[in-house]
Amino acid sequence: MSDLYAALGAAASLIFSFNRDLVEIVLLSLRVSLTAVAVAAIIGLPLGGALALFHFRGRKAVMVGINAMMGLPPVVVGLVIYLMLSRAGPFGTLGLLFTPTAMIIAQCCLVIPIIAALTRQTIEDLWEEMGEQLRSLGAGPWRALWTLLWEGRFSLLTAVLAGFGRASAEVGAVMIVGGNIDHVTRVMTTAIALETSKGDLALALGLGIILIILSTGVNGGAFLLKEAAQKSQMS
Amino acid sequence: MKPVLSILPLALDKVTFEAGGKRLIKEVSCALEAGPRSVIIGPNGAGKSLLLRLCHGLIDPTSGSVLWSGAGGKDPSLLQAMVFQRPVMLRRSVAANVDYALSLRGLPAAERRDRVDDVLARTGLRRFADRSARVLSVGEQQKLALARAWALRPQVLFLDEPTASLDPAATLAVEDVIAAIHGTGTKIVMTTHDLAQARRVADDVLFLYRGRLFEHSPAGVFFEAPRSAEAASFIEGKLFWRRKEIAS
Repeated sequence: MSDLYAALGAAASLIFSFNRDLVEIVLLSLRVSLTAVAVAAIIGLPLGGALALFHFRGRKAVMVGINAMMGLPPVVVGLVIYLMLSRAGPFGTLGLLFTPTAMIIAQCCLVIPIIAALTRQTIEDLWEEMGEQLRSLGAGPWRALWTLLWEGRFSLLTAVLAGFGRASAEVGAVMIVGGNIDHVTRVMTTAIALETSKGDLALALGLGIILIILSTGVNGGAFLLKEAAQKSQMS
Repeated sequence: MKPVLSILPLALDKVTFEAGGKRLIKEVSCALEAGPRSVIIGPNGAGKSLLLRLCHGLIDPTSGSVLWSGAGGKDPSLLQAMVFQRPVMLRRSVAANVDYALSLRGLPAAERRDRVDDVLARTGLRRFADRSARVLSVGEQQKLALARAWALRPQVLFLDEPTASLDPAATLAVEDVIAAIHGTGTKIVMTTHDLAQARRVADDVLFLYRGRLFEHSPAGVFFEAPRSAEAASFIEGKLFWRRKEIAS
């Protein structure tokens, strides 16, 4: 038990002293995860909406595929992207392996299925409710898609948050494609894994606490935003 | 501006609609002329809503045809509007709901503003213009749905049981708006299962039962001397009151 208290104390002093390494790691983590979620939202929201509204051949197969990909093991995604980006891989010449960009790509691949699958469900329900009225007013399928994405904005924010949760908590993929290189690709989750295995529990715990605070902060902020937006709809 | 010709009369020729192996609308043929308010009545499950959706083009008939007269090359669907039993409001302001419909028709912003203002004033909703549409009462939402349809200046307005979920006061308010829309030259085609309402609103009546059109008569004729036995018993409130089913 005393180990834990010692680690907690050390963690607190690291956090409050704004340790430079710590700040660097935290900022990189946020940069990677937020960028990945933003890109995934830009792709996943219209993709999910299109799957809800457009009935094409093979649609069901795509839906099943996306649902299955929600549970993709991050290490496997990391491995596949590693193979693509490595020197011998198809995108090897880009030299992206072991860069933050590679980590963003990997997290993006993990988050898109979550956002797309949840968006599809939301938009399908909205279409059920509003589809006939929109068609009656003369909205074509594309216009209806944008309208419904806007109509579903509150639910879709939750989908994006679920994506952020996956991105910020994930270790396996960023470890493989980023390499956990100090000052280059070291993020909170990979640092926690490394410091724990090295036995530096204080730093690991400090990072763990910050990770939890950040993820609570992002979710709390989004919740307040949603509340405020919904309230403005009620006045 | 080129004058827009009337898309009426609307001719239905042996329109049949099947779903799940059941024939829900059976060889309905009729003509709806410009002018009179046509009311489709019949008991629940008669196929009234389906018939309205077939006319409006939201669903396609399994066989038979729904034929609009020429609109001078204009797409007839752009000259129709529909209001549903449950008002469907977008999560935006009252004015923006009307504006959205107009923007779908590609109208310039200045004209949209004028039309929004105009219909909100006419329906008594102007004071709610900046409120969120979803917080209005159901009755006000239905008036807004009518205002939104009206702003499109349709030649034909379809109304699917527009007052079925409203209280008597809201029902009368909605009927007033419908009368006002009719007064500006829009053809009204409305479904209801409420005989009293049909008497108030109808100029001519289409009586639908089990997917079949039994009668299409002027309202006076229909209520005084219906031509079909089914319609007569419906008016008397006796139709399809099946003792056996109730007892079992």
